[in-house]
Amino acid sequence: MIGEGELRELKRKAREVRVLTLDALGHLGVGHVGGALSVVEVLTILYYRHMRVDPSAPRMAGRDKLVLSKGHAGPALYSVLADKGFFPREWLRTLNQGGTSLPSHCDMRRTPGIDMTTGSLGQGVSASIGLALGNRLNGDAGTVFLIIGDGESNEGQVWEGAMCAAHYRLGNLIGFMDYNHMQIDGYTRDIMDIEAPEDKWAAFGWFAQRVDGHDFRALDAAIERAKAETSRPSMIVMDTVKGKGAYFAEDNVGNHNMKVDEAMAAEAIRRLMGEAL
Amino acid sequence: MGAAVATEPREMRVVYAETLVRLAENSADIVILEADLMKASATGIFQKRFPERAFNIGVAEANMVGIAAGLSASGKIPFAASFTCFASRRAYDQFFISCNYAGLNVKLVGTDPGIAAEYNGGTHMCFEDLGLMRNVPGLVVFEPCDPVSLAALVERAAAHRGCTYLRLHRKPIRPIYPDGEAFELGRGKVLRDGGDVTLVATGAIMVPEALAAAERLASDGVSAAVIDMHTVKPIDRDLVLEYARKTRGFVSCENHQIVNGLGSAMAEVLCEGCPRPLRRVGIRDEFGEVGTLDYLKARYRLTAGVIADEAHAVLKG
Ligand SMILES: Cc1ncc(C[n+]2csc(CCOP(=O)(O)OP(=O)(O)O)c2C)c(N)n1
Repeated sequence: MIGEGELRELKRKAREVRVLTLDALGHLGVGHVGGALSVVEVLTILYYRHMRVDPSAPRMAGRDKLVLSKGHAGPALYSVLADKGFFPREWLRTLNQGGTSLPSHCDMRRTPGIDMTTGSLGQGVSASIGLALGNRLNGDAGTVFLIIGDGESNEGQVWEGAMCAAHYRLGNLIGFMDYNHMQIDGYTRDIMDIEAPEDKWAAFGWFAQRVDGHDFRALDAAIERAKAETSRPSMIVMDTVKGKGAYFAEDNVGNHNMKVDEAMAAEAIRRLMGEAL
Repeated sequence: MGAAVATEPREMRVVYAETLVRLAENSADIVILEADLMKASATGIFQKRFPERAFNIGVAEANMVGIAAGLSASGKIPFAASFTCFASRRAYDQFFISCNYAGLNVKLVGTDPGIAAEYNGGTHMCFEDLGLMRNVPGLVVFEPCDPVSLAALVERAAAHRGCTYLRLHRKPIRPIYPDGEAFELGRGKVLRDGGDVTLVATGAIMVPEALAAAERLASDGVSAAVIDMHTVKPIDRDLVLEYARKTRGFVSCENHQIVNGLGSAMAEVLCEGCPRPLRRVGIRDEFGEVGTLDYLKARYRLTAGVIADEAHAVLKG
């Protein structure tokens, strides 16, 4: 159970991650605001409480790994990795500039701390299964974490992986579905309805849970329960808000890949800093 | 070309969508499919006008292309679109088997080709689709360079009995052709005549670069012809051979790998029909990366300056 002090610290970190992400996107002028901001809490709790990683040895054997299969949320993960010290914070403002080490989609060849290249939706699911099988073969005790989108879950590959990971009883694989109820063209219920995702994952043989993806204590409890499941993979469906924390993005179906100028970013940051933790 | 050329750039995606609406007004068989990129393709206007004939399948390109095959087998004329990388690489087997091998009539559309993917970066930057598609037996593969040719060629594609692949630039592009100009699939267009060297280009990024290169060459005293080879397959063999006789060599210009795209197609025609020097401007065995269009043009050497240099190299022999 997360104590009061740690809860405050996690909230402070999440706010910091949002600030860094908004700053980078605002500096560039455009980006995947919505899907980056909806996964901030899960990234924060993973990197600041659960994952065993070493910023000075990003490829350390035995580490826990993350596959951010909705690779367009890269900017949020970059903020976490920079804050953890995987690379200098100054890199954040190079997002998407020619020659950058921080491209819009996660790239394991360019960015220290990125465990898998993603961006073509659905593919990270299979890659995470390969990593989990690899850990088993290597006698590596690390856990593989996976984050997918709800729109991403339209891809057949997601469900090929769902069947496969259950077949191989991958207890070392813990997935999260960022159920922010939006994809690019609109609400998931209008474009391709996926309700109720937790039932689908359970039917495929996964240990499935559904929690509030912005509630650290709920997330933490779900992760602990998932870790206790050693003979089947876990899926934690997180109800989230696309664009969470940016006044101009929340409740805006145009928030997938949107223009953000420096003034908008600065105002969003000002409001975030003004909120009580 | 009698009529005046419009000067205002037009969003290519809007031209695409408006053309489909126009076609659909005259044919109940025109249907569209999207994979959660309807906003990007601007086909919302089609959905509004013909809601029962627009299918947004969600982020599921292989499924979308397979569904298009079934719609085609039911007598419909489906236009199915996604980003170039997903339309080609992701759904290739479905397009190959269910649509082409099955002898159906599916119009596949890949948007943001090559470096036009810009900020979406390497995963979305497709330099391979012309090659993939050129390998599909009987498939018509085309990449219009401006709004006028786009509208005309989409109409041609709809009328063509068989599958087509359209490489679609989405962004605003200044017209090169006058309104009403006629186009045929498989028939290249001579944009500028010349007697020394021939620049053959395809697409909305490279045709303007080739035209600018011809200007530079003119100031160097070199007379360069420029051909808009909007259809890469079947390539306009007669036109290539005509300019093989008229000029001393070629530069191919494509926003694509130099392997198996426009330059390769020209090399095949030239070697078999009338050998002439050819230098290829395009991506040289590399992956894409993130950046602005200008950065990427320079990074991958897709500029008028490079085309002009290559033309000089052709002439030096
Ligand atoms: C295979 C593939 N198809 C299409 C895209 C383009 N695309 C990027 S994000 C996205 C929507 C994804 O929706 P979701 O997974 O819900 O992401 P979120 O809303 O959380 O950002 C699409 C269609 C892609 N990156 N990969």
